[in-house]
Parts: sequence; C-alpha cells; structure tokens
Amino acid sequence: MKKTTIMKGAALGALLAGSALVSPAMAQDSIYVANNAYRTGPFSGSGTPIGDGMRDYFTMLNERDGGIGGVKINFEECETGYDTKKSIECYEQAKSKNTVIYSPWSTGATLAAIPRAHIDKIPILSMAYGLSASADGGQFPWVFIPPLTYWDGASIMVRHMANELGGMDKLKGKKLGLIHLDAPYGKEPIPVLEALAKKYGFEVKLYPVAAADMQNQGSLWLSIRRDRPDYLYNQGWGAMNPTAVKEAIKNGFPIAKLVGVWWAGGDDDARAGGPEAKGYKSLNFNAAGSNFPVIQDILKHVVDKGKSLAPKEKVGENLYNRGVYNSMLVAEAIANAQKISGKKVVTGEDVRRGLETLNITEARLKELGMAGFANAVKIACADHSGHNKAYVAEWDGTKWTQKGDWMDPLKDEVRPLIEAAAKDYAEKNAGWPKRAEACEKSS
Amino acid sequence: MTDATLRPAPNLLANGWVKAALILAAIVAAAMVAAKLDGSGTAYKVFIDPFVQMVELPDLLVQTLWEGLVTGVLYALIALGFVLIFKASGVFNFAQGIMVVFAALTLVGLHEKGVPAFLAVILTLGVMFVLAVTIERMVLRPLVNQPDIILFMATFGITYFLIGFGESVFGGNPKQMIAEQLYLPKGAIDLNILGGRVSLQKIDIAAAVIASIMIAALALFFQYTRIGRALRAVADSHKAALSVGISLNQIWVIVWFTAGIVALITGIMWGARSDVSFALEIVALKALPVLILGGFTSIPGAIVGGLIIGIGEKLGEFYWGPLIGGGIESWLAYFIALGFLLFRPQGLFGDKIIERI
Repeated sequence: MKKTTIMKGAALGALLAGSALVSPAMAQDSIYVANNAYRTGPFSGSGTPIGDGMRDYFTMLNERDGGIGGVKINFEECETGYDTKKSIECYEQAKSKNTVIYSPWSTGATLAAIPRAHIDKIPILSMAYGLSASADGGQFPWVFIPPLTYWDGASIMVRHMANELGGMDKLKGKKLGLIHLDAPYGKEPIPVLEALAKKYGFEVKLYPVAAADMQNQGSLWLSIRRDRPDYLYNQGWGAMNPTAVKEAIKNGFPIAKLVGVWWAGGDDDARAGGPEAKGYKSLNFNAAGSNFPVIQDILKHVVDKGKSLAPKEKVGENLYNRGVYNSMLVAEAIANAQKISGKKVVTGEDVRRGLETLNITEARLKELGMAGFANAVKIACADHSGHNKAYVAEWDGTKWTQKGDWMDPLKDEVRPLIEAAAKDYAEKNAGWPKRAEACEKSS
Repeated sequence: MTDATLRPAPNLLANGWVKAALILAAIVAAAMVAAKLDGSGTAYKVFIDPFVQMVELPDLLVQTLWEGLVTGVLYALIALGFVLIFKASGVFNFAQGIMVVFAALTLVGLHEKGVPAFLAVILTLGVMFVLAVTIERMVLRPLVNQPDIILFMATFGITYFLIGFGESVFGGNPKQMIAEQLYLPKGAIDLNILGGRVSLQKIDIAAAVIASIMIAALALFFQYTRIGRALRAVADSHKAALSVGISLNQIWVIVWFTAGIVALITGIMWGARSDVSFALEIVALKALPVLILGGFTSIPGAIVGGLIIGIGEKLGEFYWGPLIGGGIESWLAYFIALGFLLFRPQGLFGDKIIERI
C-alpha cells in the first residue's frame, strides 16, 4: 500500500519535473503563430480554402526547411465561425500563448483587435482586409494591411472602369453600383467610392445585403434592373457571392460588368453560375493555379504525404493560393525579424519591426518559388499597406485567368483619405496612444 | 316595437378588422395631406413616388410580385414545418433551419458518393426518418410532461448537434445542388408584359408549383386522415389524446419526419436558387415572422402569412428600401408581422388562447 503511494508520488514528481524541463525547451525551439480560421458557419465556403492554404504553407516550411531560420513554426488555428465575439476569445488565447503575430481574418475581428493589440504589443496582419485607415503606420504602429486596402481596391475598380470606357474623363455620368454585405467589411469602400464619384462625376448606388438575406437577393437585383448601373462592384463574402453571380445571370445583368473585390473571387463563387458565369471578374493580387514551384512543393511535402486538409484538386484554387500568400507574408516577416534582431526565436515586437521593413522584391519572390504568383510588396514605417498593385481576374468558365495588367491604385487620392481617417480614428478614441515605436533606419 | 330595435347597436370598433381599416384610412388621409403640403419632399417620396413607379413601370411591379410570390410560397413551406411540430409537441422547433441544411447536404453528399440522384432522394428521406425516430427516442420521450421551454431548449441542442455532425460528415464547403440530375428545369421564360420584360425563372416556377403541391398535400393529409385527426387531438391536449389511445410517440415520429421532408424540399429548392451551405440555416429562420403573423398553430395561417411576408418584403425593399439606404428586407418582415399583431395578437389564424387562472 505504502509502496504504491510512494511509486505514485515518484511518478507524479517525474511527470512534473519532465514537463518543467520540456516546456521552456519547447518554447525555445519554436515560434508560435496564431491564426483565426472559419471552417464552420455561413462563411465557411470562403474560409475553408483560405485556411487550408495558410496551414499548408507553414506545414511545407516545417517539412522542407525545418521551419524558418532553423526554428520550427508552431502554427495554430482558432475557429471563429466568422463571429467577432469568438474572435476576441481567439485573440485572448493567442495572446496568452505569446503569439508573434495575429491574423484576425475578418474585418469585424480586426476592428475589435486593433485597440487591444496596441496595448498588448501584438502585431496584427490584416492582409487586404480590415480597417483601411490602419495603413497609416504613424497612428497604427501595430497594424499591417499589405498588399493593399479596400480603398485601394475600390480605386482600382474605378480605374478598371475608366480603362474599359476609354479614360478617366469618360466616367462622367456613369453609374457604379456597390453590392455589399451590410457589415463593417462590406461598408469599407463606401467613403472612397463616394469621394472618387464626386471627383470624376460618376454616381454610386449602394445595394446592401443583410447577412440574413445573403441567399435571398431577389429584390436587390430588381432594384439593379431598375437603376441600370453601368458597372457593379461586389464587396461580398461567403454565400453572398455565388448568389450574386447567379442573380446577375438570372436578371440579365452583363456578367462581364460585375467585378468582385478580391474576396469575391472564389472558384466556388464563380462556378455556381455555371457556364454563363464566364466573364465574371474579380480583383486579385495572387495568381490562381498550381503551376508554381511553391505550390508544387506544397503538393510534394504536404498534400501527397496526407498532411493537408485540402482535397488535392482544390490546391491551387484562387482562395487557397490567397491563404498561401498570407502565410508567405507572415513567414517573410518572421525571417526579416530574425535578420533585424539577430535572434532565432523572435517575439511579437521583433515581428512588428520585421513587418515594418518588409520588402519582398521580384528576386525574393523567385527564390520563394512565387515568380509570377504575386507582385512585389514593400511596407514602410509610415505606410503599413504599401498600396501595391492588383489586377483584374476573369473567370473563363473553369478557372480564374489574368485579364489585364497589374494596376496601381489611385494612391494620390486614396492616401490623403486614409491619413484623414486615421487621424479621425485616433481623435474619436480618446486616449489613443501616440506612436512610441521608433522607425527602423532602413525604412 | 320588436326586440330587434331594443338591442343596443353593435360596437363596430370592437371588431379588429374594422379598427384596422379605420386606422389605415386615417394613415392614408394623413399621408395625402402631408404629400399635398410638402410637394416633392419626403412625403412625396414615401407616399406617392412608389405608386407612380408601379404605374409607370408595370413590368417591374409584376416581376417584384412574382419574386415575392415565389419567396412567399417557400416561406410558407418552411413555416409549415414549424407549425406541424408546434401543433404536436407545443414547441417552436429551432432545429428546423439546420434540418434544411442537413437534408440538402445529405442529398448532395450521397450524390457525390456516386448514388444516382433519385435514389439519393429516397435515401435522404430514409436518413430524415431515422433522424425523426432518433429525436423522438433520445430527446422527446425522456422529456414528456416537462415544461415547453425545456423542449424548446432541447431543439437548440439538436441544432448544435446537427451543425457539428453535418460539418464533420460533409465538411463546411458549399456544394452545388444537383438540380439538373433531379430534372429541375433551368433557364427562364421571358414574357412581354405591358411594354417591359418579365422573366420567370423555370426553377422558381418549379419551386412555387412543388411547394404549393406539398403544402396542399400536407394540409389535406392532416385534415382528413386518421393521423391528421390524431395530430389535432395531440395538439389540443397530450393527456386527453393519450387517454383515448393515441400513441404520442408515433405522432411525434410522423410529425418530425414530415418536418424532415419539408426540410428536404426547401433545401433542394433554395439550394438550387443559391448553393448548399450552412448559410441556408438562416433562411429558414425567416419563417419566424411568418409564424408570428399567421399564428403558430394554423396551416392556412402559414400559407397566407408566408405570402404576405414574401410579397410585402419584396415590395417594401424594392419601392421603399432605397429611401433609407436599402437592405430593409431582413427586418421589414418582422415589422409587417408586428403591424398585424397590433390587431390580432394571436396571429391571423391562430387560436385565441383563453387560460383560466
């Protein structure tokens, strides 16, 4: 009896000692990267391929290179169901585990995380989503929004319209409709579109879609039939997108004039429209397809070894590649942080500096196996977005193809709006901290 | 003098309909006065302009009414699923929405596995039957005689179970409804009406027809068959029904299975109009204002309520939505329902509940 008690005690002691020994060791040879995902709920259609792409890229880095700079990446997903409340739980969890970066993966979640992250000193990467104003690094030292913001996207839409019509002066008197999810995400582009409309003399019509009516857009499309906009820009998400494509076809709206923001460019979104969806467009900043060394490496090291959650045929789809692109930004920020700080196991503060001096050149993209997959990205101390280029992609009936050249956003017009909005944000949130973080010399 | 002259004059105001009509007339009169007073201002846009549009562009009016009709019939079908369960078990079945998703996903999932389309429909019906039996055995039977709120909470449990179970079996990816394989029509019929084009989607026509047949069949079934009478007995009183030898368990299985069939049809129709994903769950909850309007216990109420909400929300969104920035559809349905409730708290066709204390 006594013997067993001692044995148990010894076993317990050993266990405790063991775990005490193991945990700091673990913390030292891996970098924890938290990442929100939504593989469930009404928006899972868009969330799942992105989640797969992000996860597979890090698995590939761990398998092929043993992590980044010899340090394994401990990548962990937190399921939000695209619910802002749950995202805050995920944020707290990420914070408690000392994440070096936080990817909110919803504009609502980003808005909720921004004030917290400035206190907790956790860099937020909201890749081409979130608060457009956060591109102002002077006010938002902890938020990064590469490669471009929703406001840039909306301005590229205007440029695309002008290109097709034959010049900016031809915009006068035209009508641009904005179909948008009636949520922070959907409403983001409104201010910039209205400002551009005023300047170039076109009209903006708003068509909000409540989340409860994502699949019930009948009357909205009747309004579109009545108003006859020349172009439609779709800031939609989840089940809203395939429904919009179907309704456009059903209502006889010329599908080639319907352009989605980059998040409305899922393969499943376009496929829903069947053969008649051919010509549907979407802005994009990554290439679709698996014909890139990086995707081939993922196939070889992750998918073929059964370590991916994605079915093989989905690898290389547009939103999957978008996820890969997001993870590439995170990985490059970590690598850059290692370079700047000289440490192997970097912290959130190091990664913030890494992001602020991020400069992914064409040559670097080639090294990463991403030549032609994406365009160069440069972030600076004051400019946390870079306002990089995007292009218009077209659905050819089976896959996304690049339609036109990479286009710059109307930076001269968007940037002052962003700075004004950032100032406004800081003023409205009493006690918003003044930036205390010094800029790097190189940026 | 006859007795008739001695009788006091009937109080017309006590009649809800008369009161409603009077108030409506007052509103219209006030609106016309307001419109007169401020010319082309807000009142004009609210009270006059929409009707001018209706007259000037009759094709769009017809199209709006058609869209409203189709959605209304589908709402009615969903509401029917709720009504049946409410009648039999006295609970609002929160799980009806997820049953739509679950049925549609099962159908598509089976077809993906290589099962021929129509066999998949039959198998899905089998799955819905098994689900009904399981719910009866595992959830309802142990909760007999518990307060209604307990049963209501149990339907939340069923919802979350089905979400998790559905996701683990089928994954969260949206899927295409196998409309073609089920020989559902594609394309549209374009009619030239009053100088404009009205386009009737064949799938919408099919949805309206199938849903109407379904509603009629269910209404007849529960009106004229032995099971229907038993259901109505159960709805009146569980104990009294039991005392005359009606099997509560059997009725519950039948009702939940019927709700499963309704869910499958809704899933196919709505899935073909959009896609099959967990977002469909929200659509089913649009039946709530329909139920408030029609009354939780009335089959005709579900039908009329569905049509009023469907047509009302489309007209409202199309003609008045732009005045306040659009996207009003989602709450307008509740607004319409509330308007009716002011005059008939029990819903249009609901039973007046008289409780003795």
